[in-house]
Amino acid sequence: MTFDLLLLALADGFSYAGLLFLVALGLTLIFGVMGIVNVAHGSFYAFGGYTAATIALWLVERQAPTFVLLGGLLVAAVVVGVILGTAVEAGLLRRVQDKDPILQLLVTFAAFMIFEDLQRLIWGAQPQTAAEIVDRLGNVELFDVTYTVYQVILIPAVAAIAYLLLRGFLRRTRIGKQIVAVTHSREVATALGINARRIGWLTFLIGAVLGALGGALAAPITSLVPGVGTDMIVLSFSVVATAGLGQITGALITALMIGVARSIAVYTMPELEVVVPYLIMVVVLLIRPSGLFTVAQARRI
Amino acid sequence: MTALVRTEKLSLSFGGVVAADAIDFELHAGERLAVIGANGAGKTTFINIVTGFLKPTSGRIYVEGKDVTALDPRRIVRLGVGRSFQLPQLFLEHTVRQCLEIALIGKGGGLGFFKSLSQQVDRKEIDHTLDLVGLRERAEEPCASLPEGQRKLLDVAMALALRPKLLIMDEPTSGVASEDKLDLMNAVMRALEEQKVTSWFVEHDVDIVTRYATRVAAWISGRIAADGTPQSVLADEAVRREVLGIA
Amino acid sequence: MSPSMIRILVTLGALAMVGLGLALPWLKTPAIFVLSYGLAALGVVVMLRGGQISFGHAMYACIAGYTVAFIQRAHPETDGVVLVIAGVAAATVAGGLIGVFVVRYRAIFFGMLNLALSMVLFSLLAKLYEFSGGTDGLRISRPPLAGVTLERDGFESVLLVASVAIAMFLGWLVQRYFRSAAGEALAGVKTNEARLEYLGLSAQRVLWFGYVISAALVGMSGALFALVQGLVTPEMGYWLRSGEFVFIAILGGSVHAFGAFLGAVLFELIKLTAAAYLTGVWQMLLGITLIAVILVAPTGIAGLLRMGTRPTEAHR
Ligand SMILES: Nc1ncnc2c1ncn2[C@@H]1O[C@H](COP(=O)(O)OP(=O)(O)OP(=O)(O)O)[C@@H](O)[C@H]1O
Ligand SMILES: [Mg+2]
Repeated sequence: MTFDLLLLALADGFSYAGLLFLVALGLTLIFGVMGIVNVAHGSFYAFGGYTAATIALWLVERQAPTFVLLGGLLVAAVVVGVILGTAVEAGLLRRVQDKDPILQLLVTFAAFMIFEDLQRLIWGAQPQTAAEIVDRLGNVELFDVTYTVYQVILIPAVAAIAYLLLRGFLRRTRIGKQIVAVTHSREVATALGINARRIGWLTFLIGAVLGALGGALAAPITSLVPGVGTDMIVLSFSVVATAGLGQITGALITALMIGVARSIAVYTMPELEVVVPYLIMVVVLLIRPSGLFTVAQARRI
Repeated sequence: MTALVRTEKLSLSFGGVVAADAIDFELHAGERLAVIGANGAGKTTFINIVTGFLKPTSGRIYVEGKDVTALDPRRIVRLGVGRSFQLPQLFLEHTVRQCLEIALIGKGGGLGFFKSLSQQVDRKEIDHTLDLVGLRERAEEPCASLPEGQRKLLDVAMALALRPKLLIMDEPTSGVASEDKLDLMNAVMRALEEQKVTSWFVEHDVDIVTRYATRVAAWISGRIAADGTPQSVLADEAVRREVLGIA
Repeated sequence: MSPSMIRILVTLGALAMVGLGLALPWLKTPAIFVLSYGLAALGVVVMLRGGQISFGHAMYACIAGYTVAFIQRAHPETDGVVLVIAGVAAATVAGGLIGVFVVRYRAIFFGMLNLALSMVLFSLLAKLYEFSGGTDGLRISRPPLAGVTLERDGFESVLLVASVAIAMFLGWLVQRYFRSAAGEALAGVKTNEARLEYLGLSAQRVLWFGYVISAALVGMSGALFALVQGLVTPEMGYWLRSGEFVFIAILGGSVHAFGAFLGAVLFELIKLTAAAYLTGVWQMLLGITLIAVILVAPTGIAGLLRMGTRPTEAHR
């Protein structure tokens, strides 16, 4: 592998890690509060992506300026996150919250299957993308290698901003602190007068918007086809599990690790590209069964 | 004579809370120990460490002279140390009888794959245990349908069915209706006597403590503040102030 | 429902399946698929009894199927019986090895680790063209069965009868297992692992046995599937297939071993309906049915029919 290729791989990996992190962040946040791994999170990503592509296309036809296009991506993420998030949380999860955890998990899996077909019905099987945005933002050159601004600057920047905003929100605001309290112990939080149900719903929406935002940001640089949601849920889960469920900073580090490893594989051993994230997860869990950043906690008896 | 259970400088903290503070402790065969202490004093935590559920940050545990510090609950149970739980730990999708059947797997033939469990284990033995705690009538009911007090009884019965050398009971009478407390303790103590089982029970009710214990240990903030005959410990000033709440 | 009632129903079902298959030859392959899916779902049910859900169990069908194909490629004359046994053996051994690793995990970790491993297998099979035939898969020609070489129709008839017999036998065996010490302990892993440990039993060991049994069942499913389809592809191990197995297991319910086969029949009916009237919304249909089952009948068809009721309770 030449130095140039390595640089390219790193840049790719970096932007990919940014997307992965946004999605994984949503997943891990929801898990922390609701105790559920939301399989439908993959659909939030896919719908975010497709909706963003559709909006961007519509805006490009009307000669919208670049910042409007970028705003369009954000709008897509929020709209999709709020609508699908509400549908899953209020429409389904609330109805099964007293049931066996396996059944709760399966309900999100069922929602995911429904969304998969819905997405195919709405957008068909033709690849969709919003590449115009990447061209508009232009290129930068580093060590004689040309990168797109979108990939090496915009995506990592959005991921970093999302991370910092979320951390600040959880630490500084009242609602953020309530979310943290519910994450630690639902019972104690409820006893302190926190409306755990409302907090659950809110967190679910934030998580869903983050998932959709990952998709929306991916729309300009990937071609969206049926199945992207599946790849993403498995991949973001491997990030979340490798980091340890509920670990936000851990998810950031792990996303970087997996994102970069994956793009190095793309350049060096393309056959193994798909396998690399799984292998990392399997190896990490083999050594640390509850993830890299989890402090083990025994159940109280 | 080697102690049945001995601990050496056993310590464990949760974050800032020191739940066990360098505890040295010995229990000999034939004793009936009552452990008293305020909420959060570390009584349950000490049981959890001794039985291998929690690992101490430092210190060692011996069962009949054998170092068991690194062993899992499963191995320690097999050495004859049984326990019941403050919150009953049942198989909530099984019936009362089945809970006891599962309890007896280890004693009655191990993990068979073909023969039905109810035929594998000794039905008479289970009936006997059920009679002992007065659950015979409810034997075929799902244990999820039992009220809290009876769950507690079943929880003790499951530990008792293993015929341990030592039975540790974590608040066996909490949740049991007050008029039934003595009946329960009578039944359990009779069974323990009959099977020559050493016992160690956590109890908040002083009346029960004086009635059944030959020795009392008082826990205060992760330490044993007083240990000896019931009279001496219950008369101890610190114990009266911190544990019993009497000035 | 009493055990004798279930026995009568199972016998009637088996006879109906064989009878229909022989009377209407086009039904033979769907019937064998139903039994194959039922066996795989039964494997998933074993895990559900232990409170665990796997999103990757199709890998064992895949392992068995490819074992059949590889052996036939190396020794074209190998008997079908030997092929099936070898396929199941391979899946069982793989389950034993992978099991050592995965039984240390619970809940979503267990589910996703199985998924991850199955995806690794899927990707390798799809990519290593020389070895596995890539996404086209490997063809399997009709092998002799117990020494007899048969035409297609006869082959399918024999396979149907054999599959029915295998399904009945394994269903019975698994139901015995559920009521045995190992099986009841498995159910104990689901409700209270800590207590199980305090009874001197190893939850991991109990779960491992369940895992190996479930891998063997899914392996049997895969071997039969490979023979009747005459082709193995990586799709056999894709997560969607694992999802279908889980779907059938939930639909059928885990209170009784034969629930899985009821689930498989219903699954096939939904699939046929979807293929005829609702093309393109197959997954949506599965999803909606799954949600409906979870909300309305979380114990599945077997639960609705009260198949899990034990004799002692039934007599009261
Ligand atoms: N798993 C755990 N994680 C964190 N802290 C714990 C854990 N278990 C116990 N503690 C803390 O350790 C201290 C001792 O708890 P423990 O349950 O042993 O008390 P106890 O004497 O049994 O009280 P009670 O009479 O209420 O049962 C308490 O402050 C408790 O909050
Ligand atoms: Mg306690």
